[in-house]
Amino acid sequence: MEYETVIGLEVHVQLSTKSKLFCSCSTKFGAEPNGNTCPVCLGMPGVLPTLNGEVVRRAIMVGLATGCKIAPYSTFARKNYFYPDLPKGYQISQFDQPICEHGEIEINLNGAPKRIGITRIHMEEDSGKLIHGENLGNPDSSYVDLNRASVPLLEIVSEPDLRSAEETKKYVEKLKTILEYLDVSDCNMEEGSLRCDANVSIRPMGEKKLGTRSELKNMNSFRFLTRAIEYEVERQKEILESGGRVIQETRLYDPDRNVTQSMRGKEEAHDYRYFPEPDLTPIEPSNEMIEKIRAELPELPDAKKDRFVAQYGLPLYDAEVLTASRGVADYFESAAKNVKTPKLVSNWVMGDILRVINDNGLAAADCPIKPENLAEMIRLIEDNVISGKIAKTVFEEMEKTGKSPKAIVEEKGLVQITDTSAIEAEIDKVISANPSQLADYKAGKTKLLGFFVGQVMRAMKGKANPEMLNKLLEERLGKA
Amino acid sequence: MSLSPEEVRHVATLARLAFGPDEERKYGSQISAILDHINQLGELDTSNIPPTSHALKLSNVARVDAALQPFDPAVWSSNAPSADHGHFRVPKVLD
Repeated sequence: MEYETVIGLEVHVQLSTKSKLFCSCSTKFGAEPNGNTCPVCLGMPGVLPTLNGEVVRRAIMVGLATGCKIAPYSTFARKNYFYPDLPKGYQISQFDQPICEHGEIEINLNGAPKRIGITRIHMEEDSGKLIHGENLGNPDSSYVDLNRASVPLLEIVSEPDLRSAEETKKYVEKLKTILEYLDVSDCNMEEGSLRCDANVSIRPMGEKKLGTRSELKNMNSFRFLTRAIEYEVERQKEILESGGRVIQETRLYDPDRNVTQSMRGKEEAHDYRYFPEPDLTPIEPSNEMIEKIRAELPELPDAKKDRFVAQYGLPLYDAEVLTASRGVADYFESAAKNVKTPKLVSNWVMGDILRVINDNGLAAADCPIKPENLAEMIRLIEDNVISGKIAKTVFEEMEKTGKSPKAIVEEKGLVQITDTSAIEAEIDKVISANPSQLADYKAGKTKLLGFFVGQVMRAMKGKANPEMLNKLLEERLGKA
Repeated sequence: MSLSPEEVRHVATLARLAFGPDEERKYGSQISAILDHINQLGELDTSNIPPTSHALKLSNVARVDAALQPFDPAVWSSNAPSADHGHFRVPKVLD
């Protein structure tokens, strides 16, 4: 039978604020265990939480950037459960009155746009970290580090609008790009500042009713996210095909074995007894506050993409690749400012610059080749001082030494030869040295033009202007 | 209102309490009595009263985002029932 996959995603984003959500402890990574704690985040009796206003501001930013309605009245709630990484015995979260609702994000599926609904965005505090005994001390104990307890999170819940692992990956990529543009989070999946839980179900093609879903956890990279969903879809298909029923449960992805495994047991009692948090006042964002935040939003990826197409005449594909990262987009713009052919800049940024950045794990701003140097190199190409081929050599030198392209061209004598008589002299030498190829060419093997071009280029150490060489060579061979 | 033995057991599980059969009956009837007492509030007509989650007429109470001097971890570890390797130590938790 043909099945349709239905996926909804819950993404937890750790906000990069200076202090925690409900106390003034630092959120800095790498402190000694429990070094970033105080009576409030340790859950001591009698302490009171105080809300970090910056978290509210960032939640509204993300809501506005994803087309959400900002709730005029929003409250916190207690989610009650016992676990050693949760010192209070409850997590302060939001339940029936989240800060943002009803938004959407557009993803691009091989050129066709698709809108993915955002059900809600709410604020909540993170839990602490548990270390298993065998990794620290006594194997019969667990050890608790509460540095992460009460670090602010946004939970972004999508509608079940996703239909494949590939769509899910694109959605998370787009969401991550938006969050990076807003500069609200580090968005590092491997380090856990962006965590995805996927609700996955399948149903017979054409069926309207949703199938029973399983909730997948522990997918801390795009690769694992895709693999876990693909595995889970196949697992559910096999169950249905053999006449069984999918059970609603939480399943943990095991990247070493590439399987998902049931987590039953830990979450036997899914009864959180939510109730309104009496220690925190409601949030009522005024229109002024919302409009002020809206005015402070940076240009978002979709708008930037459209502008790159209109302003620089780039193909949509280029604009999309360049704007996928705010740093790369900024790099492109500062290089494209003073050149005649932005498309040439785009080619170099999408190719060699991205390679240099990715190979060395750098931010675009830290690229050893500065955008003004790339622009200078492109102007040398535009002015016929160097050929595209020589530019490769210049680029390699820039990467190694950080010198300016003009200095490199002068130092290494890489200036392109555009002197007709100099090129013609080399052409004559090559033709007289290769009489049999000349005869074949004249007998109709015109493909040999490439051979002659290569020979002349080699003799001239790649410095001949390629267009001139081609033209002169063709003329000369015609006459020979 | 009388809670069923299953409901009493469920609430006990959520609270991480283990009751014997006698305790189950004893606390079950006490919880039921407490619920009956609270349920007297149901006699009031609240259809025109909006739900209240907070006793104070305040909203948007927030602080600025600034990290203060960290608390000395030695203070809490000396107060914890069990601490080791800089961590709180608890009975083994299975994942």
